[in-house]
Amino acid sequence: MKRNLTCIICPRGCSLTVELENGNANVTGNACSKGAEYGTQECLCPVRTVTSVLRVSNRRDTMVSVKTAVAVKKDDIFRVMEVLKNTLVTAPVEIGDVLLQDVFGADIIATKAVK
Amino acid sequence: MTQYDIIVIGGGPAGMAAAVAAYDSGVKNIAVLDREEDLGGILRQCIHNGFGLHKLGEELTGPEYAARYAQQVAERNIKVYYEAAVTNVTADKIVTVQSREGLLKFQAKAVILAMGCRERSRGALNICGTRPAGIYSAGTAQKLINCEGYMVGKRAVILGSGDIGLIMARRLSLEGAKVEAVCELMPYSGGLTRNIVQCLEDFDIPLYLSTTVAEIHGKGRLEGVTIARVDANRRVMEETKRYIPCDTLLLSVGLIPENELTKCAGIAISALTNGAEVDENRQTKVPGIFACGNVLHVHDLVDYVSDEAEIAGCGAAAFVKGELNANKTISVRAEGGVRYVLPQMVHTDCGHDVSLFMRVAAPTGKVRLVVKIGDAVIAKAVKLKTAPGEMEKITVKADKLAACTGTITVCLEEMA
Repeated sequence: MKRNLTCIICPRGCSLTVELENGNANVTGNACSKGAEYGTQECLCPVRTVTSVLRVSNRRDTMVSVKTAVAVKKDDIFRVMEVLKNTLVTAPVEIGDVLLQDVFGADIIATKAVK
Repeated sequence: MTQYDIIVIGGGPAGMAAAVAAYDSGVKNIAVLDREEDLGGILRQCIHNGFGLHKLGEELTGPEYAARYAQQVAERNIKVYYEAAVTNVTADKIVTVQSREGLLKFQAKAVILAMGCRERSRGALNICGTRPAGIYSAGTAQKLINCEGYMVGKRAVILGSGDIGLIMARRLSLEGAKVEAVCELMPYSGGLTRNIVQCLEDFDIPLYLSTTVAEIHGKGRLEGVTIARVDANRRVMEETKRYIPCDTLLLSVGLIPENELTKCAGIAISALTNGAEVDENRQTKVPGIFACGNVLHVHDLVDYVSDEAEIAGCGAAAFVKGELNANKTISVRAEGGVRYVLPQMVHTDCGHDVSLFMRVAAPTGKVRLVVKIGDAVIAKAVKLKTAPGEMEKITVKADKLAACTGTITVCLEEMA
């Protein structure tokens, strides 16, 4: 099976061609090794980093931005969002703080400090 | 009147990087003025990732990228004025500021303009129809959702496929809204291909090219929009009109550099870039006033903003130290296939390589970017594909530059 993809690792956006054979992927069109990794991953098990915001319970009108520490399965994106929607955090928060552990395989970490 | 060697107007990515670079070049008496309560500018609301791959070698979110530079500002003895709105700048570099302490006047030796952009609004588009609630510029919706925690609607149409529009299509989808369509007036998207893939295709959001919002419907709250295809002259084709029910319309229809202060200082604005014309140090035609970032021209990547701001910061520091002595100026002009080139002026005796940044007029396949002086080629580069949404760069070597007289031109040459 052959698939044409656009690499989303960097703004260069290489046009990749991935040939799948018995679970092995052969990637061409990539300008770097990350592109080969992306092409393989995208065909075998696509993943994405999810970014969103959590409400801060002890600060008025304040949100703290967060990201998944590692990319989660594409199929789990909305499940992750459902968990985040129902989560309140308490300030202070520092960048890099783990606010939730192991949400569909990824820790949720703060990308913004709230004093 | 308080004196500063360098005053930086705007504490976004451009202002922060310029201030840090100027400080590290040996000019220590620096002030950064920002109208918000925190540094970071628009990055504060850009919670998605993808920032910093070029500049920092890692993938960061907007707030993280901003925090890296805010940290560098904090580590240096740079004075930051928060909630300080600059109301005037003169060619003599007197800066008037509305601040917490009242109206202040500062005298600077050099000024760096880093005010960024604002968004084009509905008023600029002349869309027919009523004036209901539910119509936002994409950046306003982004701020409401990401910074203030207010969701803007449940069913949305987005006009404009620039990066902000694409990012917001994904953001609305993640927050549970249904994005019915992204409409783009042009026959191609203005956004990065990676954003079309990860923001639209991932969420099965259709992108309609050569399509616009022709009418807005609803009283009180938006009830729907009529979209239609446009012809080659961008005129609505009546027979293609189609109604889409929605309660929210986001406009991502272009950014306007905020050059009111630039004009106050008597600096002319280029019709091509909507920013000042600058030389290789990002110095405007008013000596000692520099410009960088989105106020100079709209960038697609913050990494390039930081690079450009460092050039302006180093240039301003050199100006204060009396080290900007090159005086052989020639102009740089965009020709066939290239919409604009920056810088618009270059000193041939500056003694270092100069990078030219440009945007193409329309998407192309494989082309050669050629920099010429008269008929002589002084730099060239092959690009497999180009698009107006992706800034291109080409460097002219110092020795080639030193021999130049006349006007430098940059054009595209097609390749088989």
